[in-house]
Amino acid sequence: MLAANGWFLDNAWLIPLIPAIGFAVIILFGKRLPMQGSEVGLATMAASLVIAAGTAFQWMQRVDEATGEEEAAGPIRYLAGMGRSLTVAAEGEGGFVEPVIRSWTWWESGGFEFGIGQHIDGLAVMALLLVAFISLLVQIFSLEYVRGDRRYTHFFAALTLFSAGMLVMVLAENMVQLLLGWEIMGLCSFMLIGHWWEEEDNARAALKAFLTVRVGDIGLLVGIAVLYFSANPWTQENLGVSGFSIRGLSAWALSGEASSTVLLWGSVALFIACIGKSGQFPLHTWLPDAMAGPTPVSSLLHSSTMVVAGVFLVARLYPVFWEGFSIPDVSVNFIVVIAAITIVISALLAFVQTDIKKVLAYSTVSQLGYMMLGLGAGAWLPAVFHIFTHAFFKCCLFLCAGSVSHSGSHHSFDMKRDMGGLAKKMPITAGAWIVSTLALAGVFPLSGFFSKDEIIDNVGHNGYEVFMYVALFGAFLTAGYMARATYLTFFGEPRGAAAGERHEEHADLHAPAYAMAGAHGDDAGLPDTAPTEDDPADPVLHGADATPGAAREVGDPDDAVVDTQDHHDSHASPHESGKLILVPVCILAFLALVSGFTNAVPFGEEWEDFKKYVEPIPAEVEAAPAESGTEPEPEAGAATSAGIVMARSDTRVEGSASDETQAARGESAAADEPASSEGCGFTDPAAGTVCYFPAVDHAEFKWSKAAQSLVIVAVGLVASWLICIQLYTKRNRRLVGLTERSTLAGGVYRFLWNKYYLDHLYEKVIVHGVAHPIARAAYWVNQRVIDGAVNGAGLTGKVVGRWVYRNIDQRVVDGAVNASGLVSSETGHALQPIQSGKVNQYGALLFAAAAVFAIVLVIANA
Amino acid sequence: MLAVNFFLLAAVLFCIGVYGVIARRNAVLVLMSVELILNAVNLNLLGFSLYNAESGNVNIDGHVFALFIIAIAAAEVGVGLAMVMLVYRNRRSIALDELSEMRG
Repeated sequence: MLAANGWFLDNAWLIPLIPAIGFAVIILFGKRLPMQGSEVGLATMAASLVIAAGTAFQWMQRVDEATGEEEAAGPIRYLAGMGRSLTVAAEGEGGFVEPVIRSWTWWESGGFEFGIGQHIDGLAVMALLLVAFISLLVQIFSLEYVRGDRRYTHFFAALTLFSAGMLVMVLAENMVQLLLGWEIMGLCSFMLIGHWWEEEDNARAALKAFLTVRVGDIGLLVGIAVLYFSANPWTQENLGVSGFSIRGLSAWALSGEASSTVLLWGSVALFIACIGKSGQFPLHTWLPDAMAGPTPVSSLLHSSTMVVAGVFLVARLYPVFWEGFSIPDVSVNFIVVIAAITIVISALLAFVQTDIKKVLAYSTVSQLGYMMLGLGAGAWLPAVFHIFTHAFFKCCLFLCAGSVSHSGSHHSFDMKRDMGGLAKKMPITAGAWIVSTLALAGVFPLSGFFSKDEIIDNVGHNGYEVFMYVALFGAFLTAGYMARATYLTFFGEPRGAAAGERHEEHADLHAPAYAMAGAHGDDAGLPDTAPTEDDPADPVLHGADATPGAAREVGDPDDAVVDTQDHHDSHASPHESGKLILVPVCILAFLALVSGFTNAVPFGEEWEDFKKYVEPIPAEVEAAPAESGTEPEPEAGAATSAGIVMARSDTRVEGSASDETQAARGESAAADEPASSEGCGFTDPAAGTVCYFPAVDHAEFKWSKAAQSLVIVAVGLVASWLICIQLYTKRNRRLVGLTERSTLAGGVYRFLWNKYYLDHLYEKVIVHGVAHPIARAAYWVNQRVIDGAVNGAGLTGKVVGRWVYRNIDQRVVDGAVNASGLVSSETGHALQPIQSGKVNQYGALLFAAAAVFAIVLVIANA
Repeated sequence: MLAVNFFLLAAVLFCIGVYGVIARRNAVLVLMSVELILNAVNLNLLGFSLYNAESGNVNIDGHVFALFIIAIAAAEVGVGLAMVMLVYRNRRSIALDELSEMRG
C-alpha cells in the first residue's frame, strides 16, 4: 500500500508505537521473562532503529528526487548516519520537498478536533534516528550497568517508555501530540531520576526535576492555546488543518497575516517551556540534581532526549519564533539573551564541581545554551546539527563516567576523592573519553568543531556580534572545565577508590579528621587532604558536610540499600569494564570522531549533507485545503497536504503523489525560488501560496574565523591543563588553598559553589518567602473562612431543620393529614342515618332526587 | 291531541306507582307498584311515538322499546317474586321495614 511515499515514510508512526508496546509488555510480563524484560526493551528499540533507518533512507531518496538529482548511489550511501559525505551530492536548485504527513482523529471534544499523526521531514528523521540509536546503545550499556538492581525490570520499562515519549514528540504532527510526548518524558524522567528512591536525596532530585520542568510546562500549555485560537481560522481556511497542526502553524506564522503580538507572546510562552525542559537559565537547577539517577539515565536524558526536547520544539516551530522574536531584524532577543547567560554561567559552574557527572551536566546545560543561541540568532541548521553531534559525544562522556564509576572508582562519582590516574587502568574508557572531550571542546577534525563553530560563525554573521563573543568565551570555558575533569579523572595520582583503597579501612581511622574537614565546610579547596578523608559509608558525617558531592555518594549504589544485590566484586581494584559497557562507548566515540563530516562546511558544498537533507527548503508553495491530509482513514490519510498546481489533480485522485509529480513539483517550485534575504520569512508569500520555513541565511565559512575559535579552544585546554598539574599534582603553594587566603577568590568560589545562590533563591525566597505565606494564608482561610462557612452552614441547617420539624412537619403536614382523616370520618358518621336499610326510604330518596333533577332541568330549559 | 291523554294517564299511573313503592310495607305490593311505574313509562313511550306520528314523523322506536320493557318487566317480576318467596321462607314475613340488616 501507499508505495508512492515508500513504506517506511508512510509507517514512521510505528517508531514510537513499538517501544510504547514494549513498555506495556515489560511492565506486565517483564519479571517472568528470562532476562527480566530487558530483552523486550532492547528488541523494541532495535526495531524502532531499523524503521527509523529505513525512514531516513527513504527520506534521502525523496529529497534526491525532489531536487532533481539522479540516484547517486544505492543503500551503501546510508551507513548509520555517516559515510554519506563520500558521495557527491550536487545541490539542486532547491525544490520544495513535501513532508510526509499523516493524521488521524484522536478525539473530539466540544467541536475541537485533536489529531494524532506523523510529520516526517528532515528534522524529524534526524531526531528519530538519533533517539532510537542512542536509546539502543544506552540500553545495551544498562544491561551491564544496572545488572542485579532490585528494580531492574522497571528500569528498562521506564527507559523504553522514555524513548517512546521522545519519539512521539519528535514525530508529532500537531502540538497536542507534542505535548503528549513532552509530558510522557516528564513523567519518565521523574521515575528514572528517582530510580533509587530509598535515598531521600534521589527522591528529592526527582521531585525537583519534575516540578521545575512543570513550571515551564505551563508556558507550553499557554503557548499552544494562544497560537491555536489565533491560527485556527487561518489554517482551517487556507490549509484545511487545525490550528494545532505544526505545519499549519508554520505557514500561518510566515503568512504575514498573523498578529505580531500574538506571535510574540505565543513564542515567549513556548520558550518558557523550553527554558524548563532544556535547562536554560534560570530553570537549569534541576538538571545537575537529575544526576541522582543511574548513569544510563543521565546519559539518555542529557544527550538525545528530554533536555533536547526544548531545543527541538524551537527548531520544530521555528517560523513562529522567527516571526515572534523578529530574528532576522534585530541584534538581541529573548532567546539569545537567555542562551548566552546559560552558556557562561553553567560553564563557570562546571569548574567547581567535584562530581564528574555534574561537570557533564553543567556542560550539557552550556551546550544547550549554544543550541538555543544558534536558534535564537537564526542559525537553524548549525543548531540542529549541534543537537546531532552533541548527542554522540555527550552520551559517550556520560557512559564513560558510568564506566569509570562502575569499574574504576567503587561506584563513586567524586573526581577529587576517588579518581585520578585511571588512564592506565582503563585505557579504552579513557580513550573514548578523551575523543569525546576534544569533540565537545570543538577541536578541529572532530564533530563538535563542525557544529559549534558553525553556530558561533552564523551568530556573528546574522548580526548578533556581541553574542558571538559570548559564545567564544563559552568555548574557552568549555575547553577549560573539560580539561580539568579529564585531568582529575584519568591523570595525576590515583586517589581513594581509584588507588584501590577499601573504604571500610578508613572508616574509623579517619573519622575525626573527616569531621574536622566537614565542619570546615569547604573541603573541595583542600585537595591534598581529600584522599584521606574518603568515607562515603558514613552518612552522618556526610550529612553534616552537606556538600552535593557528599550527598551523591550517600545515594550511590554501593550504599547499604543496594549493596546486597551487588553481585560483582565491587571492592576489586580499578579495572577495565566489560564488553557490554565498552561496545556502546566505542561506537559513540567513533561517531563523536566522525559525525561532524555529515555537515563539514569547511570542505565545501558537497560535504553539506545535513543542509541538504535536514533543512527544509523555504519555497512558496500552493496552499491547498487538502481533504486528504485530514482524513481519518489510515489508507487515505498519507497524502501530501499541499501541492503545486500542476500536480494537484494527481494528488487528489491517487491520494498521494507519484515520483514523477514530485520531480515535476520540484522543478516548478524552483522556478520561483526567491533569493536570500527576501522571500519566506522576510516578505509575505504571494496570494495563494504559503511558506513553511523561513529562508535562513548561511554564513560563508572562513578559515580565519575558525582559526580564531580553534586558538581560543587550544588556549583553554592548555591553560586549564597546566593549572591542573600545578594544583592537583605538584601542589603549587601559590595555588593550593588560594580560596582560603584570598577573600576575592574565596568569595567567587563560594558564589560558584552555591550555584549563584539560585537554589537558595528558589528555596528561601520563593518557597519560604512566597509559597509558605501563601500556604499559611491558605490554611488560615481554610480554617477560618471555609471551615467557618461550612460549620455555619451546618449549624444553620441544624437550627432550620429543628424549626421545620417542630412547626411545619409536626403541625402543618401532620395536621393536614390528620384533619383529612378526621373530616372523612365525621362525614361518614353524619351520613350514617341515611343508610337505614329500608328499601322504601331508598326509593323515596331516589324519586325525590329524580324529581329535584327534573325540576332543575325544566327550570334550566325554560 | 290524542297523545296528551296518554301522557296524563301515564303521569297518574307513575305517581300511583311511586306512592306505592314509598308507602307500602308489603313487598308484593311494592313489586306491583314497580310494575305500574314501568307501564307508565311504556305508555309514555307509545304516547310520544304517537305524538311524533301526528307531526308526520312516523317512527316505531317507541313501540320497540315498549315491547322490550314488557319482556324485561316479566323477567324482573319473576326474579322479584322468587326473592320475596325466599325472604318469606326465612323470616315468615314480607314486611319491608323489618328487612333492615344492611343499615349503615
